[in-house]
Amino acid sequence: MKTFEYTIKDNLGIHARPAGMLAKKVKDYQSSISIKKGDKEVSCSKLMALMGLGVKYGDTVTINISGPDEDIAEKEIKTFLETNL
Amino acid sequence: MKHFTGKGIYGAIAIGEISVFKRHDIKVKRIKIDNPEKELDRLEKAKETALSQLEEIYNKALVEVGEANAQVFEVHKMMLEDEDYSDAISEMIKTQSVNAEYAVATTGDNFAEMFATMDDSYMQARAIDVRDISNRLINCLAGNKSSGRGAGPRPGLIICADDLAPSETVSLDKDSVSAFVTAYGSSNSHTAILARNMNIPAIIGVGKDFLDGVKDGDIAIADGFTGTLIINPDQVTLKDYRQRQEAEAEKKELLQKLKGKENITLDGTEINIYANIGNVENIGSVLLNDAGGIGLFRSEFLYLENKDHPTEAQQFNVYKKILESMGGKKVIIRTLDIGADKQAPYFNLEKEENPALGLRAIRICLTRPEIFKTQLRALYRASAYGNLGIMFPMITSVSEVEEILNICQEVKSQLSSENLPYSDKTEIGIMIETPAAAIISDKLAPLVDFFSVGTNDLIQYTLACDRQNPHIDQFCDTHHEAILRLIEMSAKNAHANDAWIGICGELAADTTLTETFLRMGIDELSVSPGFVLKVREKVREINLGK
Repeated sequence: MKTFEYTIKDNLGIHARPAGMLAKKVKDYQSSISIKKGDKEVSCSKLMALMGLGVKYGDTVTINISGPDEDIAEKEIKTFLETNL
Repeated sequence: MKHFTGKGIYGAIAIGEISVFKRHDIKVKRIKIDNPEKELDRLEKAKETALSQLEEIYNKALVEVGEANAQVFEVHKMMLEDEDYSDAISEMIKTQSVNAEYAVATTGDNFAEMFATMDDSYMQARAIDVRDISNRLINCLAGNKSSGRGAGPRPGLIICADDLAPSETVSLDKDSVSAFVTAYGSSNSHTAILARNMNIPAIIGVGKDFLDGVKDGDIAIADGFTGTLIINPDQVTLKDYRQRQEAEAEKKELLQKLKGKENITLDGTEINIYANIGNVENIGSVLLNDAGGIGLFRSEFLYLENKDHPTEAQQFNVYKKILESMGGKKVIIRTLDIGADKQAPYFNLEKEENPALGLRAIRICLTRPEIFKTQLRALYRASAYGNLGIMFPMITSVSEVEEILNICQEVKSQLSSENLPYSDKTEIGIMIETPAAAIISDKLAPLVDFFSVGTNDLIQYTLACDRQNPHIDQFCDTHHEAILRLIEMSAKNAHANDAWIGICGELAADTTLTETFLRMGIDELSVSPGFVLKVREKVREINLGK
């Protein structure tokens, strides 16, 4: 399992567009990928749950990735977050 | 004549007929079913239809509002396919043996409720997206071809509604709409976005009672500047608004005529015309009015809108955004100019007898270097993302500028040692807004890349005229020879030392002085976005050869 933290830099937080893009992105991997804010954790592939986390600018979230392609997924999800959020 | 007020979204005026937006209310009944499999099958088919409708709407929106705003329908598609949402509907059909319509309506309500109760206005506004896709799904289940209706063939309609779902705004016949007025909604709502894109006024958040006060065919005025809707206006009001509408139209014409044209005189002298702004939100008007850059970005809003000192990261994000939005055009950001008439409580500044002559602007920065360094670090880090100039206000002496340059050097060395990128091309400039700075401009010019004349303070300090005092207007001659001589002197000294000089005070937009400034060799005029094209028009009429 791979775990890393990320602090949101987008002023609107995880809003609809990037949430949609993220939910789409994680479907490229076999690994299960989840996002955790506080004590709430949801699967990144579930758009509404992801939006429902209410992640705002400056919030730090934890991404958990586990599965056969977790190494590449970790690297690419990191890049995705840095570019879009 | 009746008035309603809400929040104006796009500054424009529309005069037209009211059209109240009606949607066929969807009444969903709970029906007990015997065959859940058959129901799930219906649901699956309806979902497919809904997805292909959304695809169509996406393509229509792409043309009408551009990709960034059309993406909402991509999100709608994904919401429709969301596992939790789909599972909740299927579960309900299976466990409670209810019809698909009822399961969709209930699930839609639950998810919408989840968004509506979030503590973030942006997310709250997403409740309408969930209701929109749920209604679409229900319509598909019922075999209805489309949801929402066109606004009809007549032009100039002012659409009044409780709120408009994204798909409803897209389904409207845009040629017939001259304004939107809604009872609810936020600046993040699709109606607001669409209005901005269509350059038509929208008034939102008018309150639910207004719908009882309007009916189809009423003549109304929608004033997007003030957020006012006037129903059945009297002749005087109507005439007044017609005139304002004409003035707006003239402005637009000016825009069409001069957009993309060079700022060049008849004899071929060129000048840069930039814009002054004080918030990220105004970047749109800078680009709309075709300014060549930003000549003065007042960074104070970051401090005034905050309850505590803005962090480096917060500032960096804002500066980076401005630079990126301007795409390589010059952006001159002025460092903190607080004190005197602009106060932030957390600075704990003492009350002063003469605040205009007191602890303000660069004086605060030099006495509280930690605040100054945070801002400079943020600015230099952002410099890697565009064409930045940093400008320092309220300069009176050479030693101040030397001290500033030392601090800049220190900040840059720090960034280098942390491997953080910054642009070496970042220009450094100072404001000429005290008589002292103008008088010693020969000594200041070798230290900097540019000067920018702040005429408002220069006039106040030179003529000893308090800007806030209306009783001394007659003594405050903004064209006073002393002012013009100080500017001319600064221009000569700038050019003798390979620096350039701009003017960013109100005088820059005074077209009776444009020729005088051009003759002095002023390189740049920075004015409010709305004045850019007026000054350009003036420049293009001038012939310095005569």
